[in-house]
Amino acid sequence: MTRNDMRHMDTEMTCQELVELLSEYLDETLAASERLRFDAHLRTCSGCEAYIEQMRMTIRLLGKLTEESISAEAQRELLATFRTWKANGADHRG
Amino acid sequence: MTSSTAARPTDELELVLALRVGDENAFTKLVHQYQSAMLQVALTYVGSRAIAEEVVQEAWLGVLNGIGRFEGRSQLKTWIMRIVINRAKRRGSEEARTLSFSEMQVRRDDSGPSVEPGRFRGPADPWPGHWWSPPANWAGMPEARLLSREMFDQVRLALDGLPERQREVITLRDVLGYTGAEVCNVLAISDTNERVLLHRARSRVRAAVERYLEQ
Repeated sequence: MTRNDMRHMDTEMTCQELVELLSEYLDETLAASERLRFDAHLRTCSGCEAYIEQMRMTIRLLGKLTEESISAEAQRELLATFRTWKANGADHRG
Repeated sequence: MTSSTAARPTDELELVLALRVGDENAFTKLVHQYQSAMLQVALTYVGSRAIAEEVVQEAWLGVLNGIGRFEGRSQLKTWIMRIVINRAKRRGSEEARTLSFSEMQVRRDDSGPSVEPGRFRGPADPWPGHWWSPPANWAGMPEARLLSREMFDQVRLALDGLPERQREVITLRDVLGYTGAEVCNVLAISDTNERVLLHRARSRVRAAVERYLEQ
């Protein structure tokens, strides 16, 4: 650990600072020294713990958003497009 | 971390080769695999479902016409998404929704705090920068409420309300499961930019979910 890291360790991370670093924390791209301060803060702060859970839940919700398929009509059009493309020579066009 | 839409490289190569010689099965397979993600991405740039479907159609024609030149230097899904984005951006800028309004939005909204400053204690407080109004614990909330239809409607509304740059990053990352590196590649943006835009977007969607749950 460098001296600079040590000095950082002395300053406690605030909640306001933590919320700005959260995505990097979740993606595990946070610098080691920041991560130590982050974890130290988290051990004593239930507000931030709840905040992180909220963010995890938000990401989970986003991952469950799915756009349904394109319409049946659009699928038929696609197939027609494909057949025209094929009739015109597929990959031979260059 | 790999995306749920990622195919094994050998499968992908086989599909590409089959498509080149006009194999309809290969085409149907690709359409099945990518269409919903393509629609999702197209909706990031255009204002209506109907136009997004047209964009997807145009993009497939672009895929067919370009497949002979696809050299496999990038992943197939990256290459396809770039085609969708190009088509969608062109359509998007023809619509009134984009341009001046969203350009202004981008500058205003890509910076600024993740959480309203009023939720934290001020400098005169013995605990400056700590929660004044801490977030609620959602752990006790019933799944049925958290994962309700209305909740997903709220999340989609929040996505729609994001500035375009944030919306494109969060859609690829969190909705479609691309990795950070893949997003940088598809959108041709830096690592730092990707992180900032993603974080800003996530923070805003979280705030929208919180507002909805606390109504």
